[in-house]
Amino acid sequence: MKPAAFDYHRATSIEHACDLLGREGDDAKILAGGQSLIAAMNFRLARPKVLIDVSHIENRNRIDERPAGIEIAATTTQRYAERHPALGRRLPVLAEAITHIAHFQIRNKGTVGGSIVNADPASELPALSLLLDAEFSLQSAAGRQVVPAEEFFITYMTTMLQPDEMLASILFKDPPAGSGWGFHEVARRAGDFALAGSSTVIGLDDAGRCAHARVVLFGVAATPVRAPEAEAVLLGQAGSAELFSAAARMVQNAIDPESDVHVTAQYRRDVAEVLTVRALRDAFDRALVTA
Amino acid sequence: MTKKVNVSLQINGDTYDREIEARLLLSDFIRHEAGLTGTHVGCEHGICGSCTVLMDGLPVRACLTFAVQAAGNAIETVESLAEDGRLNGLQNAFWENQGLQCGFCTPGILMSMKAFLQDNPSPSRAEIREALSGNLCRCTGYHDIVESVVAAAAATARTAD
Repeated sequence: MKPAAFDYHRATSIEHACDLLGREGDDAKILAGGQSLIAAMNFRLARPKVLIDVSHIENRNRIDERPAGIEIAATTTQRYAERHPALGRRLPVLAEAITHIAHFQIRNKGTVGGSIVNADPASELPALSLLLDAEFSLQSAAGRQVVPAEEFFITYMTTMLQPDEMLASILFKDPPAGSGWGFHEVARRAGDFALAGSSTVIGLDDAGRCAHARVVLFGVAATPVRAPEAEAVLLGQAGSAELFSAAARMVQNAIDPESDVHVTAQYRRDVAEVLTVRALRDAFDRALVTA
Repeated sequence: MTKKVNVSLQINGDTYDREIEARLLLSDFIRHEAGLTGTHVGCEHGICGSCTVLMDGLPVRACLTFAVQAAGNAIETVESLAEDGRLNGLQNAFWENQGLQCGFCTPGILMSMKAFLQDNPSPSRAEIREALSGNLCRCTGYHDIVESVVAAAAATARTAD
């Protein structure tokens, strides 16, 4: 057998899972979709002593529309989320980004919360949580705390989540009304992890000038990163090819890519800038003048 | 000695009661406990797609699922496709169009395409290629697999008329 032995618990609710986590502590891992965890266990890169399965809790797929945005239960499968009409209507950039996660067979089991907690810097949902100012509800036997996405990611595969805590739900917030979006990534084959990616949300004022800008990149640093200097170049400006190039150049100051077996760091830098130009062009094209 | 757990799995409508270790993968349960060797095991980390089975109608990687997790779900493997010992429409389309060479990847492809065609009964070739991207084939170059799926969709449409 490939994975190391472990004790298995099937949780019936988030509260039950948190009780089990509190009792088993550092030796326990939450098993949600398992699409990264079980692969790591098959290689024995991960050897948890206890697994707490949350894939059978009641209402595991849950998406609620809130005044500020869309709240998604962490145990919701990516496939369920990507096909939910509320995402397409209210947060189309999120629906689009999810379709880039691996293949549909993986998304049938992989969860929205699992991808965030796994915190692979090349994955889509951590980046989207920064792009959409997400708030994470972290639950433990002691209670719940709400943490903004920008405080959550520490470095490669590492977050501020404590051993007795689990991610319960994510609130992805609506950008300003009429905002446009752009999302581009480059991977060698469909379904592979992105070598680099860029996502943007742009809101325009009644004169067609940029009044809200978010630029978030992934696969080009130890965590997903916002590019505040690129955003600053955009604010107050009308869209143009020159503006997109000038803003995209500034992402170089936000990213810190590495070379690996796939491509060089310089390739990632070049591609990140090109993808940002494309994402900005799409976002300005999609944004409506709101007056 | 590792603790064992009792599980009861539903595979192709049959019940399999077994005492297993929790670390047993669903792919290994299907092959070694249920004896259904049509489900093939390739990479064992979710990349190649050859172990794809349906879980409550949705294609998933059996190698990225523990058997103990599947208790309570309906599992379907490639052995469920044939009807009265004869190839079903999808299998027949692969037969007619030579949608395979060595056949190792075929069971996973058939299970992926069964669910895909239920969702999208008249797909374009581009949509078929996208849907096939999670199943690796090292022999065919995919052309005849795509044509097999096109033929299967057309045959289903004719039956429905």
